[in-house]
Amino acid sequence: MEVDRGAMDCAVDAQSLISMSLMKIHSSRTQRGGIKLHKNLLVSYVLRNARQLYIREKYAEIYRMQQYEEVMAVCSGIQELEPLEPLEPLEPQGAEDAEPEQPGRAAGCGDESRAAGGREPPEPPYYRSCCMEDQFSQNCNKTTVLDLDTHVVTTVENGFLHQDCCCAAAAAPQCAPGAAARKRKVDSAGCSPDAEEPSDYTAGRKRLKREECSGADASNISNLISIFGSGFSGLLSRQADLEQVCSKQALASLGAWTRAIVAF
Amino acid sequence: MGEDAESPKINHTFLRDYVTEADVISTVEFNQTGDLLATGDKGGRVVIFQRETEPKGVSEEEVGDSGEYNVYSTFQSHEPDFDYLKSLEIEEKINKIRWLPQQNAAHFLLSTNDKTVKLWKVSERDKRPEGYNLKDEEGRIKDVSTITSLRVPVLKPTDLMVEVRPRRVFANGHTYHINSISVNSDGETYLSADDLRINMWHLDITDRSFNIVDIKPANMEDLTEVITAAEFHPHHCHLFVYSSSKGTLRLCDMRASALCDRHTKLFEEPEDPGSRSFFSEIISSVSDVKFSHSGRYLLTRDYLTAKVWDLNMDKGPVETYQVHEYLRSKLCSLYENDCIFDKFECVWNSSDSVIMTGAYNSFFRMFDRETGRGVTLEAWRENSKPRAVLRTRRVYTGGKRRRGDVGVDSLDFTKKILHMAWHPEENIIAIAATNNLYIFQDRVNPDAQMQ
Repeated sequence: MEVDRGAMDCAVDAQSLISMSLMKIHSSRTQRGGIKLHKNLLVSYVLRNARQLYIREKYAEIYRMQQYEEVMAVCSGIQELEPLEPLEPLEPQGAEDAEPEQPGRAAGCGDESRAAGGREPPEPPYYRSCCMEDQFSQNCNKTTVLDLDTHVVTTVENGFLHQDCCCAAAAAPQCAPGAAARKRKVDSAGCSPDAEEPSDYTAGRKRLKREECSGADASNISNLISIFGSGFSGLLSRQADLEQVCSKQALASLGAWTRAIVAF
Repeated sequence: MGEDAESPKINHTFLRDYVTEADVISTVEFNQTGDLLATGDKGGRVVIFQRETEPKGVSEEEVGDSGEYNVYSTFQSHEPDFDYLKSLEIEEKINKIRWLPQQNAAHFLLSTNDKTVKLWKVSERDKRPEGYNLKDEEGRIKDVSTITSLRVPVLKPTDLMVEVRPRRVFANGHTYHINSISVNSDGETYLSADDLRINMWHLDITDRSFNIVDIKPANMEDLTEVITAAEFHPHHCHLFVYSSSKGTLRLCDMRASALCDRHTKLFEEPEDPGSRSFFSEIISSVSDVKFSHSGRYLLTRDYLTAKVWDLNMDKGPVETYQVHEYLRSKLCSLYENDCIFDKFECVWNSSDSVIMTGAYNSFFRMFDRETGRGVTLEAWRENSKPRAVLRTRRVYTGGKRRRGDVGVDSLDFTKKILHMAWHPEENIIAIAATNNLYIFQDRVNPDAQMQ
């Protein structure tokens, strides 16, 4: 998708659009009258478009830095998009990660500080920060999340995210137990096949509310992001060229957004 | 409450920005004769205005207020509701009002919020019976032993009273938010449309409805578009159209099958790849669709344009009107402040020669279909005195700047004209501007045929 960026005004970059869109989805949960399906669908389209551009730009940037050795550590996850040199074996981060090592493990998107800096020591696997670039933290072995309350991009020490994102390589419905469990949790709220979608999110919402009351804000936000992130995992598959992100698969994954949205 | 802006107002400048949310008008609709005008607001109230009739044999200049609309009746149509099963609050905001064709002395209208459609009967009472045998004048039961003779009660004239009673409640038909209702030309049925489904009801039957369109995918992950508006054809009771968030229109024929998931005709304009942006999907979503009075054309509104389609040509619109193209470069800010999601309505005039739609800054636009030219008008209290001539306005987008031009950055995006109606026969328009109702009449050319 070619985006006519010349037509944009104000500080339009993909990241600000992504965070704006997530804010809208988040605030729609508490809006009076229930979640508006139409508006959230449109917001998810903007989110998809912004993310496509973001991935493109990230990819282009990393491709440029390919000549430097330290790019290896940064780009280990981007392998699945375009094979680079073979990876060093990486240690799994969280206990929930039951999957074997894969060279195509999802990447934490490299951050500028790392790119600008010198060579970093080998890091534990990067987990895809599903939407955001980590601009503030040096520890990019964690997932980066957007704090929806303070709008600050931070890292989160949480194993869930990587599980959601690592499924992209398989180009299959979410396989990681954590993500599946998370997703199933949301779905099971209205589990009968013919259950109307809005009924799904009653229990899901209650469950999430409970989670929000306990535990740190960061983990709650990462839960939110992880659910959204699972919707995007289908956008990037081993085979998919970036130009083909508008394939049926992409659309199918986009729909996960809707279900996640409805689930709230 | 809707107010007729033609009465003088005390200058409440310091209160101007304070608008009760519940008073914001959310729908406007004339009845088939144009004598009645109904407005619905966010607080769930309906206000009906009636046009003052001109006494016969009196010229227009001699009669003071004739031809103007005054409040006829007010009632609470919907209350805030709660869906306990889904833990959902249901807004009482009136999304749409549609009048039924008049069949007797009473008037009927349908009003709907997000979930429930109601049929209301509006009737007048100007007589009351007097002279009951068993009750006295105050209504107290008489002591039977005091009754010595029988009499027949007689009807005596009283002050006019307008009664509004709910006659039908069509509930539990929709899971998603209702966005449209449309009365069929057969006078017996109507349709209601939500984001994913369209149901057809019989006006007399409330416990059953027929689902005629269902675009809900088996897996919600595959959802790519929703229904945004739907309307029956004005003459053919078997045809209806619905618009989608992808900018397509689907004409469906109910004779073809019971479930009209497969359209009879698909109206779609190919996307211009050069104008693709982050917001392409949002600005192509159709916010309103209206059949022309002739039934030959369709009028649609998306965020930046209004389009006229010929039912016989599905490859693209036959006319496209730029409503506020200067906003194309501002889409990011409009996305940020949510204005990009505003749903503007569009209307035809009675002869289908002019179309009208709303914009920001209290502006609304009219387009003459024959010349293709558009004019910008303003619905703003300070500039509107009774019987004043509406000035045309201009948004400055470059070139020579004229006095009175408004710069794009000075536009007030909180003053949006979303809802409007055009009298079915004459050149009278009703414009809803937040909590105010403006009624403009063309005294020079009151009848559309004269233009």
